[in-house]
Amino acid sequence: MTEGWVKVEAGGGEELLLQVGGIWDARNVTRLDPQLRGLGPAANITLDLSQLERLDTAGAWLLFRTLKEYRNRGGRAEVTGLTTSIEAMLEQVAANDTPAEIEPPRPNALRAMVEDVGGGAVDVVIEAKQQIAFLGLLLETLARSIRHPSRLRLVPLVHHMEQVGFNALPIVGLISFLIGVVLAYQGATQLQRFGAEIFVVNLIAVSVLREIAILLTAIVVAGRSGSAFTAEIGSMVVNEEVDAMRTLGLDPMEVLVLPRVLALVITLPLLAFFADMMGLFGGMLMCWGALDISPALFLERLQDAVSPWSFWVGIIKAPFFAFLIAMVGCLEGLRVTRSAESVGQQTTRSVVTSIFLVIVVDALFSIFFATVGV
Amino acid sequence: MEPVIRIRGLRTQFGDQVVHENLDLDVRQGEILGIVGGSGTGKSVLLRTIIGLNHPAAGTIEVFGQNLAEVSPAERLAVEQRWGVLFQDGALFSSLTVAQNIEVPMKEHLGMPARLRDEIAALKIAMVGLPPEAGSKYPSELSGGMRKRAGLARSLALDPDLIFLDEPTAGLDPIGAANFDQLIRRLADNLGLTVFMVTHDLDSLNAICDRIAVLAEKHVMVVGPMVEMLRHEHPWLREYFHGPRARAARPQAQERAQEIGNEMEVKLNGD
Repeated sequence: MTEGWVKVEAGGGEELLLQVGGIWDARNVTRLDPQLRGLGPAANITLDLSQLERLDTAGAWLLFRTLKEYRNRGGRAEVTGLTTSIEAMLEQVAANDTPAEIEPPRPNALRAMVEDVGGGAVDVVIEAKQQIAFLGLLLETLARSIRHPSRLRLVPLVHHMEQVGFNALPIVGLISFLIGVVLAYQGATQLQRFGAEIFVVNLIAVSVLREIAILLTAIVVAGRSGSAFTAEIGSMVVNEEVDAMRTLGLDPMEVLVLPRVLALVITLPLLAFFADMMGLFGGMLMCWGALDISPALFLERLQDAVSPWSFWVGIIKAPFFAFLIAMVGCLEGLRVTRSAESVGQQTTRSVVTSIFLVIVVDALFSIFFATVGV
Repeated sequence: MEPVIRIRGLRTQFGDQVVHENLDLDVRQGEILGIVGGSGTGKSVLLRTIIGLNHPAAGTIEVFGQNLAEVSPAERLAVEQRWGVLFQDGALFSSLTVAQNIEVPMKEHLGMPARLRDEIAALKIAMVGLPPEAGSKYPSELSGGMRKRAGLARSLALDPDLIFLDEPTAGLDPIGAANFDQLIRRLADNLGLTVFMVTHDLDSLNAICDRIAVLAEKHVMVVGPMVEMLRHEHPWLREYFHGPRARAARPQAQERAQEIGNEMEVKLNGD
């Protein structure tokens, strides 16, 4: 067996004779293809296939295409040395010679950009409307459950509290602790220049309690649990489990959404409290190690530095953030269409949207607390 | 002639669960072999083990005379380019159009120029009976039957000698399934393909398979043409090939059995 080859035996002027031999299969056509394109100006072609050892559809296509080219030019195209199997292969290719579309037509770039911008804007409005509608539905379900507490599903509630609350303790604790350490270190180097190291306690206490602990916790939980809500509910939608629930007279809002929302609303304040403590603890250790501020002195300064409101400002925000994260997570899960890719897309969307909303609402809270003066 | 696939003493297991034990099977050059067996007998596992997606716990698998467990990665790749696989739902890449899906192996392994790839992809699309406009569609825009045809076109991209089909007619309506059966038969005849087909479809077995291998009790219990299956006395086989669903598919095969019987009689009498 030899690799495929083609030899041009130039006939007189108008005539072209090609010798074709060896193996003409898919592995050889990349090499053979350029040799058969633009063979020259001759009017008629004859292919001698007597030395062809093997032909598959890819090789047959090259031969057929060459013959077709000469025929279309009005010339004569002939084949000699055909065996039955080679003839069958050439016929097979000839029978399937229909050009196909490869890619969908691309719209004009400028038009596509304008369309994207417009489509994006419309999507935002649609999504906002859906979120408001979902909020209403959720509050209605909540009100119904408060009136008939027996309909509240306790086992899933506790299960989700464990998942989103208890199991998040290590990561939330570690991150808050490290942020406390970083704040103490960065604050100390700046304040030392003024001989005011002791105020690092105020810096840590106020920033951790009012903003950082709760914000970080909310972001970690959005990434960890908001995404999990979307993926869990989304894969149930793909499996038609949610449709099955509806046909069995179960309300997905009550069975899937409410336990998740309540679980997060209950546990996020607790997580925020834990994050507060770990942040302060990290700051305290750093102060002790790097600034010689003893824990006793740290605690004393702490009591001077913060009012109870500093603590409450952080904690009050927690249930609101929790509600947002859980609501967005569940809504995006229910918006999954019946394909696996859409689970991934909605999960990404859920995390981005919930972190965005958390930060917007945090800004609104800042304005509110500044106005009321706490 | 040397068999295309030769399996000897194969054992596959997942943890403690043994799926195949001491399984032997030969697939002959140019035949369409149907693999049948009850649910959970490891038909798809067998297919996945042959193409190297599962690792056997013991035994040898030779494809084109090469033991795939011992060859170098380069040799393995060369063997892999000689077979095509059609997964149950086509397993098309969702981010690519049908034509681009077909072009993937040509681009990746053979470095074909774009123009030639487009021409050959169009050829394959026509060969599996898809309309030309299907080439620019994404898999999500196709029906189940079209996805299978597109998957078949991709498995034929490199002009393989051997194709593996995992339940090719599952999920198709009877007309679509019959058409797909005929497509496989036609392609196998025209291109000289060897086909290894896992199926539950009695009509397919009847219409296009040259031989049938029955998986039961962790090994290949019987291999042979349909007529042999119908004569076999094993209770599971009797139930499978003589059950209520088989009855509709059977007459054709029985006729054929009858014909073969008649021919033999004629020959015997002639002697």
